[in-house]
Amino acid sequence: MSLPRTLLGLLDPQPAHGYDLKRSYDQHFAGEKPLAYGQVYAALARMLSNGLIEVAGVEAGDGPDRKRYAITDAGVTELRSWLATPEPPAAYLQSTLYTKIVLAVLTGSDPQELLDSQRSAHLAEMRVLTRRKQGGDLATQLVCDHALLHLEADLRWLELTAARIDDLRQAVTR
Amino acid sequence: MSALLEGDRLDKSFGPTPALRGASIAVEAGEVVAIVGASGSGKSTLLHCLAGIVRPDAGTVRYGDAELTAMADGERSRLRRSEFGFVFQFGHLVPELTCLENVALPLRLAGIRRREAEQRALEWLARVEVEQVARSLPGEVSGGQAQRVAVARALIGGPSVVFADEPTGALDSLNGERVMQLLTAAARETGAAVLLVTHEARVAAYSDREVTVRDGVARDLRVLA
Repeated sequence: MSLPRTLLGLLDPQPAHGYDLKRSYDQHFAGEKPLAYGQVYAALARMLSNGLIEVAGVEAGDGPDRKRYAITDAGVTELRSWLATPEPPAAYLQSTLYTKIVLAVLTGSDPQELLDSQRSAHLAEMRVLTRRKQGGDLATQLVCDHALLHLEADLRWLELTAARIDDLRQAVTR
Repeated sequence: MSALLEGDRLDKSFGPTPALRGASIAVEAGEVVAIVGASGSGKSTLLHCLAGIVRPDAGTVRYGDAELTAMADGERSRLRRSEFGFVFQFGHLVPELTCLENVALPLRLAGIRRREAEQRALEWLARVEVEQVARSLPGEVSGGQAQRVAVARALIGGPSVVFADEPTGALDSLNGERVMQLLTAAARETGAAVLLVTHEARVAAYSDREVTVRDGVARDLRVLA
């Protein structure tokens, strides 16, 4: 995920301090991995130098950062363009899983064992996500659903591969 | 810990086709176990053998101290009614009875008076968030509502084990998830074990652990250990 563009999105409704941005980011997107302040300020510095944001005011006080940042017209254009551009569909044909299964066949190991243990690992992760989802707000549920559906797709591919393991053996040992 | 329900080296064939070949599985009290595997792997047959619906050709099924595979049909039916609950893919509600009467049915069969049975059924319908369909017939409610009614019916008698065979198979994702949340939450509150057959990983993720069935052989790591 692009941190600067996400921060642009959080700045779009109204100007905010770096601290507010971090808190907002953590609330919506961080899951169990909060953003470090250093990452926020590094991203803000880049966005400032690129003209995507500007300092909208500096408040008096002793805090480390009293600057309020606002999105610029260039920032709005960048944000809208990013939101309108579809992400390239990722191709996982050469994934580690595929490599392992082919190697298991080539080396005479039992690919079904590999598939079974991978299925267990995937399901264990899906249980964690399901528990987090059940205790979470709507944003957490949506983020967990995305991860769950991707893991489920992996599992369906594993099932399909398991059903074709004899064909795969013939193909790779030919 | 000794198992609440245990299948030991179960064989079952339908004609010349073997469905189970030495499948073993152990379920402990209160745990939610998903039986997963490819279509035709034997997972539903395994569930039906453990529930005493299908008699295996060989092997034993034990529930506590009782051996289901050694029981006469009538005795096994009584045990099923008093100790087990069932949720199937299409609800299997009695179409002529209202949803309330369907949920109250296990209590009525256990000899509880209509008034008390229906009062408790109403409480269960509220618990699974469909009290509004109490007076409707199953044919008049949505698939998601019917399946919630089935969950209430499965749990009202306080079973030790709930057998759920593709309980979300006929539902869309949101309804399926809600049914699983309600089923597993109610089972955990009442201490019932759930044995769940599903081909959907997101449904299996509501379990505590999974048992994979492949070509009629159950891979239960607890039994293998």
